[in-house]
Amino acid sequence: MINVTIDGIKTSVPEGSTILKAAESIGVKIPTLCNHPDQAVKGNCRVCVCEVEGSRLLSAACVMPVWEGMAVKTRTPKVVEARKTILELILSNHPQDCLNCIRNQNCELQTLAEEYFIRDNPFSQKTRGMAKDYSTPALFRDPDKCILCRRCVEACSVVQSVNALGLDQRGHHAMVVPTMGWDLIDSPCVMCGQCIHACPVGAIGEVEEIDRLLAAIADPDTVVVTQIAPAVRVAIGEEVGLATGDMPMDVFAAGLRQIGFDYVLHTNFTADLTILEEGNELLKRLQEGGTLPMFTSCSPGWINFCETFYPDLLDNLSTCKSPQQMFGALAKTYWAEKSNIDPAKIYSVSIMPCTAKKYECSRPEMNDSGFRDVDLVLTTREIGRLFRMSGIDFDKLAGSHFDSWMGAYTGAAVIFGASGGVMEAALRTVYEVVTGQTLENVNFEVTRGIQGIKEAEVDLNGTVVKVAIANGLSNARQLMDEVRAGTSPYHFIEIMACPGGCIGGGGQPITKSNAKRVERINQIYVEDEACEIRKSHENPEVKAIYEEFLHEPLGHQSHHLLHTHYTAKNKKVL
Amino acid sequence: MAEEMRIVLRNYGKIDPLNIDEYIAAGGYKALEKAKGMNQIDLIEEVKKSNLRGRGGAGFNCGQKWFFANQANADQKYVVCNADEGEPGTYKDRLIMQGDPQSVLEGMAVCAYAIGANKGFIYCRGEYPYVVDILNQAIDQAKAKGVLGDFDIEVRMGAGAYVCGEETALIESIEGHRGEPRFKPPFPGVEGLWGKPTIINNVETFANIPVIVEKGADWYASIGAPSYPGTKVLTLTGDINNKTFFEVPTSTTIKEVVYELGGGVAGGKKFKAVQIGGTSGGFIPESLLDTTISFDAMSAIGATLGSGAVFVMDETRDMVDVVSKITKFFEHESCGKCAPCREGTARMNELVGKIKGGQGSSADITLLKKLGGVMSIACLCGLGQAAPAPVLTTLGHFAADYEDKLV
Ligand SMILES: Cc1cc2nc3c(=O)[nH]c(=O)nc-3n(C[C@H](O)[C@H](O)[C@H](O)COP(=O)(O)O)c2cc1C
Ligand code: SF4
Ligand code: SF4
Ligand code: SF4
Ligand code: SF4
Ligand code: FES
Repeated sequence: MINVTIDGIKTSVPEGSTILKAAESIGVKIPTLCNHPDQAVKGNCRVCVCEVEGSRLLSAACVMPVWEGMAVKTRTPKVVEARKTILELILSNHPQDCLNCIRNQNCELQTLAEEYFIRDNPFSQKTRGMAKDYSTPALFRDPDKCILCRRCVEACSVVQSVNALGLDQRGHHAMVVPTMGWDLIDSPCVMCGQCIHACPVGAIGEVEEIDRLLAAIADPDTVVVTQIAPAVRVAIGEEVGLATGDMPMDVFAAGLRQIGFDYVLHTNFTADLTILEEGNELLKRLQEGGTLPMFTSCSPGWINFCETFYPDLLDNLSTCKSPQQMFGALAKTYWAEKSNIDPAKIYSVSIMPCTAKKYECSRPEMNDSGFRDVDLVLTTREIGRLFRMSGIDFDKLAGSHFDSWMGAYTGAAVIFGASGGVMEAALRTVYEVVTGQTLENVNFEVTRGIQGIKEAEVDLNGTVVKVAIANGLSNARQLMDEVRAGTSPYHFIEIMACPGGCIGGGGQPITKSNAKRVERINQIYVEDEACEIRKSHENPEVKAIYEEFLHEPLGHQSHHLLHTHYTAKNKKVL
Repeated sequence: MAEEMRIVLRNYGKIDPLNIDEYIAAGGYKALEKAKGMNQIDLIEEVKKSNLRGRGGAGFNCGQKWFFANQANADQKYVVCNADEGEPGTYKDRLIMQGDPQSVLEGMAVCAYAIGANKGFIYCRGEYPYVVDILNQAIDQAKAKGVLGDFDIEVRMGAGAYVCGEETALIESIEGHRGEPRFKPPFPGVEGLWGKPTIINNVETFANIPVIVEKGADWYASIGAPSYPGTKVLTLTGDINNKTFFEVPTSTTIKEVVYELGGGVAGGKKFKAVQIGGTSGGFIPESLLDTTISFDAMSAIGATLGSGAVFVMDETRDMVDVVSKITKFFEHESCGKCAPCREGTARMNELVGKIKGGQGSSADITLLKKLGGVMSIACLCGLGQAAPAPVLTTLGHFAADYEDKLV
């Protein structure tokens, strides 16, 4: 342990601690901008500078390690002047656009501007005047708001191994730019949205489409139907002042009805359905010598990644559409028929933790219902905005039921929201299908948790099936490289593009740290435990759809509506 | 009377730089042989005791730095010679490499032995392609003679950015990355090139080494200013009669440099200011000319010795005009990594330009001072920290030049 004095308070901290960590441990808060709890230290914004006794220079608290006997002062006039001047410098090259900004009231720079009472900035306003980039259907970039902290670059290169963002130019002209071209769409970007979470300001965000929903709701001839993805519920509370996990599903549904959705259904229904289709697909591949390992296909950021970086492995992808797209195809066929609604009038909206879903629903092949299967994808954050706009008091709102035919779900669908959940759900079903025995303990603990790569072995009547799970695309890359090299020992691999799985998706409430992701994961399993039915094949509505409409997994209707194909992206990559 | 004393330029003009035999005949590679006969720690102690301090600008004790790298446990260590020499008005490293390249190689080889490295790089300024040729020839000859033993040296061409002379940016550049400084610690001596312990010294620093090894620490420590012993190569530019170079003991005063060696201000004009150490050097008025050029004496007056460039300005020069070129230089050379330098150098240039254009007010002067003060203590690397020095020192010593232009 190292003895240090911070603002006169003596403490001892582990060797290698930074001033920032040491200060944190005694409750001294030092402002930061470029620092990110799960990333390498950057030391580039300099707002964390402090005085260290004996040093002429100020020290950046986020990078400077403490030494024995170090005396630090974090709030002297010199320190305050430096921090304030640096903030003024940053702000003088930053649009004064808070009122119009997607990060208004959720912006690290804005918070610091408030804390340091920036009033009359002595530096003249001069922004770069760069155009916004709306080239992708999922994300926009507003490079003028970029403060060059580089957190997005690390998220994209280190966490996701996509390398869609890089630095260009030097000095005052330095900027973060898409690689391989001027617009994000030219880059290998997979639209995972992890850069949004990394960004302290409003320089990257989801493409907002709330107005399209409001227009659909306003149209009396349109039937607005919604589906909620498994990961949304645990996080939506964060958007409306509740704790993580603190929004009961029935209250959430009631809130959506308040906004004006005509029918509230659930992606969890198609998550259960996915298990039936995908589980059988796996068994078929195992029995008939199909391409193995089979990869899950419910994460559209991952699909983009595979199509971009591993086009040679597309045959390994399960042909199952994602639950969102299965839902879309069924809502305008099966559900429309059961509900006696003209599918042409249905406006199908999905509420997703994901930015890549906005792209997925726009894929040209996603129209098997005869219409565009999913008309609109709104992220958890956009729904949060709608809830706030609507002034709903969730404490006083009485719960409401989900609508029939595609609203029932099991615990197995709930856990789709977390990394390992699809695998666990599949194992719960595949085990019973293969062995014909009842699975007493449905909890496969090894598949759970935020660690990047997990693996397990399951004995199915004497056949040992080896499975692996990866979350975060750099972890996926490790498994893919093994597959490409022919050294992968697995039969089945679950990949989710985002760290922690969908609960950490690019459309979730801004999540600066993995600690928050872990909290959400824990809530997912609490919800699973609370479900009466926890195996997908026991979902009564899933049973019903097979009896009445699909007839059998991998059957003719399934093939038509629930399965898809993949295409190499042929993009230039770094 | 100030006199030259040639240590690093001992062979300059005396031997054929492209003939290693002449270097050897002049006593070359004896020091390396002697060094290799010594225990590594004793060798480092000797260098430490000589109190040789880095000639690249930061003035760190050379032996001390080597000691850290010696102590670091690693399968691979590197020696890097910083020959980026990007300071406008500075060409002393070029003189040394052109006139006596073997002395640099020998200095590097001594260092390699001391720290246990077998690989070296010379990072040579991009604008010196002819020097690269000389270095490569010198290396080939040394290899052919076998004088370097198993120590291999490779020349790398600089990326053309001023900041790449900063040691960590230089490392990034050699590694093939964007030439941007890294945060220190870890220092290169512990984690440098490809994460391995790396000694980076300036050309002039290395050229001193063979002489120190040969003649001993005590001899060296007795030359010049005790806290910064030895000599310094100075290159004189600007409004001065003798626009040339000199190597002088560090106890020489600025006055002696300007008036005796430099022959005084050109054209019979009156002296106004001298800037020493390159673009980021402080401006020194007449009243401070009795300061010696040693590192600490210069620091004490808010100036630097830096690279040893001496830029003399006569009475006709307008300080705001001179400084405006400097602020423009730094706006251009900021790498853009850290906020106070990226934004600050541009604002500084804007404010100085505003004043120069007759649009400035006293509030702008106040702001310049605040900005300069913050940059000099808060920027990530030496570039941003030193960039305000010309502005701050001229605001201090030549305030009238600014005030005359205020609205
Ligand atoms: C902006 C900047 C530019 C620099 N340029 C050079 C240079 O061109 N040559 C050099 O030797 N040192 C340069 N330095 C200093 C190096 O970072 C480093 O301190 C030096 O190479 C160490 O060698 P020394 O101890 O022998 O002086 C520069 C430093 C800064 C901050
Ligand atoms: S990024 Fe932050 S500071 Fe900038 S305009 Fe948006 S809310 Fe305001
Ligand atoms: S969305 Fe994902 S892939 Fe695209 S730039 Fe952001 S982090 Fe990179
Ligand atoms: S876009 Fe955001 S995260 Fe990326 S460098 Fe700019 S401010 Fe930082
Ligand atoms: S001080 Fe300037 S040159 Fe140095 S790291 Fe910061 S921006 Fe780059
Ligand atoms: S938070 Fe420390 S430099 Fe940015």
